[in-house]
Amino acid sequence: MDNLELQKLANEVRKGIVTAVHSAKAGHPGGSLSAAEVYIYLYFEEMNIDPKDPQKADRDRFVLSKGHTAPGLYSVLAHRGFFPVEDLKTLRKIGSYLQGHPCLQHTPGIDMSSGSLGQGVSAAVGMALSAKISNDSYRVYTLLGDGEIQEGQVWEAAMLAGHRKLDNLIVIVDNNGLQIDGNIDDICSPYPIDEKFRAFNFHVINVEDGNDFDALRTAFKEAREIQGMPTAIILKTVKGKGVSFMENQAGWHGKAPNDEEYKIAMEELEKAGEALCRK
Amino acid sequence: MPEVKKIATREGYGSTLVELGREHDNIVVLDADLAEATRTGVFQKEFPKRHIDCGIAEANMMGIAAGLATTGKVPFASSFAMFAAGRAYEQVRNSIGYPHLNVKIGASHAGISVGEDGASHQCNEDIALMRTIPDMTIINPSDVIEAKAAVRAAYELDGPVYLRFGRLAVPVINENPDYKFELGKGILLREGTDVTIAATGLCVAASLEAAEKLAAEGISAEVINIHTIKPLDTEIIVNSAKKTGKMVTAEEHSVIGGLGSAVCECLCEHAPVPVCRIGIYDVFGESGPALELLEKYGLDGQGIYKKVKEFVK
Ligand SMILES: Cc1ncc(C[n+]2csc(CCOP(=O)(O)OP(=O)(O)O)c2C)c(N)n1
Ligand SMILES: [Mg+2]
Repeated sequence: MDNLELQKLANEVRKGIVTAVHSAKAGHPGGSLSAAEVYIYLYFEEMNIDPKDPQKADRDRFVLSKGHTAPGLYSVLAHRGFFPVEDLKTLRKIGSYLQGHPCLQHTPGIDMSSGSLGQGVSAAVGMALSAKISNDSYRVYTLLGDGEIQEGQVWEAAMLAGHRKLDNLIVIVDNNGLQIDGNIDDICSPYPIDEKFRAFNFHVINVEDGNDFDALRTAFKEAREIQGMPTAIILKTVKGKGVSFMENQAGWHGKAPNDEEYKIAMEELEKAGEALCRK
Repeated sequence: MPEVKKIATREGYGSTLVELGREHDNIVVLDADLAEATRTGVFQKEFPKRHIDCGIAEANMMGIAAGLATTGKVPFASSFAMFAAGRAYEQVRNSIGYPHLNVKIGASHAGISVGEDGASHQCNEDIALMRTIPDMTIINPSDVIEAKAAVRAAYELDGPVYLRFGRLAVPVINENPDYKFELGKGILLREGTDVTIAATGLCVAASLEAAEKLAAEGISAEVINIHTIKPLDTEIIVNSAKKTGKMVTAEEHSVIGGLGSAVCECLCEHAPVPVCRIGIYDVFGESGPALELLEKYGLDGQGIYKKVKEFVK
């Protein structure tokens, strides 16, 4: 897809996120919106997947280690055809297959359950190791929050991945600068993130604008060329991206918009969509 | 019907920490990026120097709390029950329980009433985990009044304490001048002759409601509030079991390892009577509004009423 199409899609995905969280009256819009572009890039451009056959054996794997941003992933999976976009409105309701955090058993396209931060990346390392054991060619992608990497388990996983030279593993960090209690560098700074992964024997790619499709394309192309070590892609992003009053606001980490806020958000996205159509 | 006042027990945690912070210099509050949710943010505001946000690193937080305790501080390490008791279980066992350090664990968002976050965050196993640690005191308050008293009692006790709080606003039931919190002592809330309901946490209010409904049908239920799960008040349980001859336990927790198990362990040794355990029946939870989930899993007044009625039949 060309960039304009991807951008239009990103706008639709954002509507899906906001609508799902509004309908659930709960959930995590901030980190879903910051990761909208990378979710889209993975599922529409990068990964070998088939929405008609979500379980196909040679598919690339994706583990959402920052599981709370499931609304972003669900919206992309829906737009990719794994399930109806309409079902996003069932998010977090009793009986819905769209649980608050990703659930392997219930949702088509989900490769691993997550929600407890720091654990998904270990499962991704397990998947990458499995491919090495049986000479499978699939690649494994995992997305972490920049607050999430405060968990020690992340670095246990990174150490083994580097040690085992898992060049089929791409660890992506959504560096939106915020966690629940505030700025990551005020709470317990994980910086420098790139130097840390380098020290754990990763190839590191810094992406200055992680909400830009060209930048993402360049980064993921580079990652494909790397042999003999895992890759870490660190994306500078904007938390709450695309909804003006949510942008860079820690308060919109895990809060649903009320009816009034929902209306404003959807109008903004509607306008952004129209602007893209005029391009 | 008059509107019942509802407040979440976690509110009592935060506000009492502030009071204690004013009274005692040695209190330190620790968080793992959930200061707002655990309601410790108010302590942070008033005593920024005595608040440590460890970031999203619960296992590390427990170790840091242990270190603080060895130097005479009284740390209150706060997170969701899932991560305090679950993620950091082994650190709690080996760095806090084994050296018997004076660390208080404030675990909010316990049980299924977490609601929409779903199974990954609904900890129905924490009481079971904590019960297996020798000398760990476990308190599961039924309302905000009891929560406040529990935090004070935890401070007064020299040794590890696990305090369990909820996210959901629950009825205030202990707002009366006679209310007295005694660590390790159950509270007889309603006398009865046909069956005993030993309840804990938000199931206490639900059990009182159930007892009311049962009374209307001629079933006399005794209701006991077991706020301290460990050490268990075996005396009040054995005496009531001997009197009514039938025991029901009610808790927002797995029926494996929690109050139900503790009561069975006690009764089978001292006063064997038929027991019916009400709780989560060995399943994971799911996403949904808290009140709907409590109804679905039979932990509200109606659910407890139905189960008890069937049991005494
Ligand atoms: C082990 C664990 N501890 C705490 C939480 C609660 N929690 C959910 S999201 C979050 C903050 C995550 O921040 P970040 O990783 O930066 O995510 P993002 O900004 O992308 O939303 C926390 C502490 C959790 N889900 N898991
Ligand atoms: Mg972040």
